[in-house]
Amino acid sequence: MKLLRDTGLIFERQMQLLLRNPVWIFVGVFQPVMYLLLFAPLLKPALQVNSNAEAYEIFVPGLLVLLAIFGGLFQGFGLIAELRAGVIERSRVTPVSRLALLLGRSLRDVVSLIAQAVIITLLALLFDLRVFIGYLLLAYLMLALISLMTSAVSYGVALRVKSEDALAPLMNTVAQPVLLLSGILLPLTFAPGWLQGVADWNPFSWAVDGTRALFRGDLGSPDVWQGLVIMAVLAVLAVVWAAREFARSVR
Amino acid sequence: MIETRGLRKSFTSRQGREKKVVDAVRGVDLDVAEGEIFGFLGPNGAGKTTTLRMLATLIEPDGGSATVAGADLLKDPGEVRRRIGYVAQGGSTWDDSTAREELVLQTRLYGVRKSEALSRAQRVLDGFQLSEYADRKCKTYSGGQRRRVDIALGIIHEPSVVFLDEPTTGLDPQSRAHMWDEIRRLRTEGMTVFITTHYLEEADALCDRLSIMDNGEIVASGTPAALKREISGDVVRVGLPAGAAATAAEVLDTASFVNKLETHDDGVRLYVDDGATAIPLILRALDAGDVPLGTIELHRPSLDDVFLTKTGRSLRED
Repeated sequence: MKLLRDTGLIFERQMQLLLRNPVWIFVGVFQPVMYLLLFAPLLKPALQVNSNAEAYEIFVPGLLVLLAIFGGLFQGFGLIAELRAGVIERSRVTPVSRLALLLGRSLRDVVSLIAQAVIITLLALLFDLRVFIGYLLLAYLMLALISLMTSAVSYGVALRVKSEDALAPLMNTVAQPVLLLSGILLPLTFAPGWLQGVADWNPFSWAVDGTRALFRGDLGSPDVWQGLVIMAVLAVLAVVWAAREFARSVR
Repeated sequence: MIETRGLRKSFTSRQGREKKVVDAVRGVDLDVAEGEIFGFLGPNGAGKTTTLRMLATLIEPDGGSATVAGADLLKDPGEVRRRIGYVAQGGSTWDDSTAREELVLQTRLYGVRKSEALSRAQRVLDGFQLSEYADRKCKTYSGGQRRRVDIALGIIHEPSVVFLDEPTTGLDPQSRAHMWDEIRRLRTEGMTVFITTHYLEEADALCDRLSIMDNGEIVASGTPAALKREISGDVVRVGLPAGAAATAAEVLDTASFVNKLETHDDGVRLYVDDGATAIPLILRALDAGDVPLGTIELHRPSLDDVFLTKTGRSLRED
């Protein structure tokens, strides 16, 4: 009960601050739209598919997972600003739940990601993408889990390193191989065997496969439940670790 | 209200491959009574903030014991948190939030209902004369206003003890005087106030009792008046040309009115009961001893002298 209430309080404040500055919506949508307009047209010939709709079915889920990963990993910057302002320390002397300090923030990140995803999906509909609403909601659940996990990791690391200068290269170093090994831009079906073997160890490649299956309307594919389970487990681990970082003394 | 015994904390810092252990706090004993303004005076790096952060549950002590506001710091930090307020040195407000939003959120984090939090926020805003700016963003406030919001955030849940870490550092003299009034008001409202400071005047003017801290240890405790009395009487500083200090010391050391004498490179420092009557005697003695006199200065004891007597260094140097 206390956890829910505390999480609600932190979430409410974070949302209030986010909505006060709605530029993020524009920034958050601009880049993906550029991908949709300027990159996706290459895909029909490159992927050798019959229609734009089919190309978008492959590309849009990848793009959304990409947003979830990157959006989450860079949330730590905001936390470092809060650390510097003394806001975190002020919270830590109150009896507020340490898990709520994390969850309230991560939930804001999930909500803003889903808002972005909805806008992009709607735009993709204009390009003849068609997806069944129930499956779409499951895909959003996958995105929410990814975003919860990556933002928790980012917060945990931010509390450890306490400086933007250290966080930026660290997150970039993590994000780049994750991106390349997840088949986000192009499906890994084109990859040589060794590369596919390496990618199997990247949990995000499972998430991408699962999300693509949902956009294809293939609910029965094992990719779907495997992706969801892997992301759920990792999200729980990330949240537990990051909440402990909030509880640990921060200097 | 606060009782500590042997409170300790050390930090490990890394320099290249070598690990260095710094004993920030080396066994602190404190007894702070209910309803007093208690001061922690010492230079930067003395361990004041570390001690304060331990008492406010932000860092775990390595050893020792403490009871804060009736709760055991080590066994029940959660209960300590409910009973104390803490105001950090570097501020605690977010640029894009308003004072009212910050106050309401802070109150609610202590489990207070929203309607009650709103009315409490208004009361505290009035008390700190902040109502006028309450709905403006914190980044528009002056240094003094923002500092008052910090203090308001630290006491809005009506704690029995509030810790203020260097509450007036960086404020102009007028804001500082204003802040002293606010701190005295907290005492009137029944709070025990624990402040750290490296300003001698502040410790002297504001604190009912204080402890002087240096190098992780408490070197003296008491009321400002008692501490000054303890080092006995006035100080006369005699400035001398290079090389003359030793001769002067020889001449003056045996004089009956000198309680204690210290030799420095640039002169001698004499501890006497009454400076006004001692000065003519000193002049005469130096003259008789053929010591060339540079300057002479009478100095009523300050907390700096207490610090100097206890540590051999002056607090003003840094």
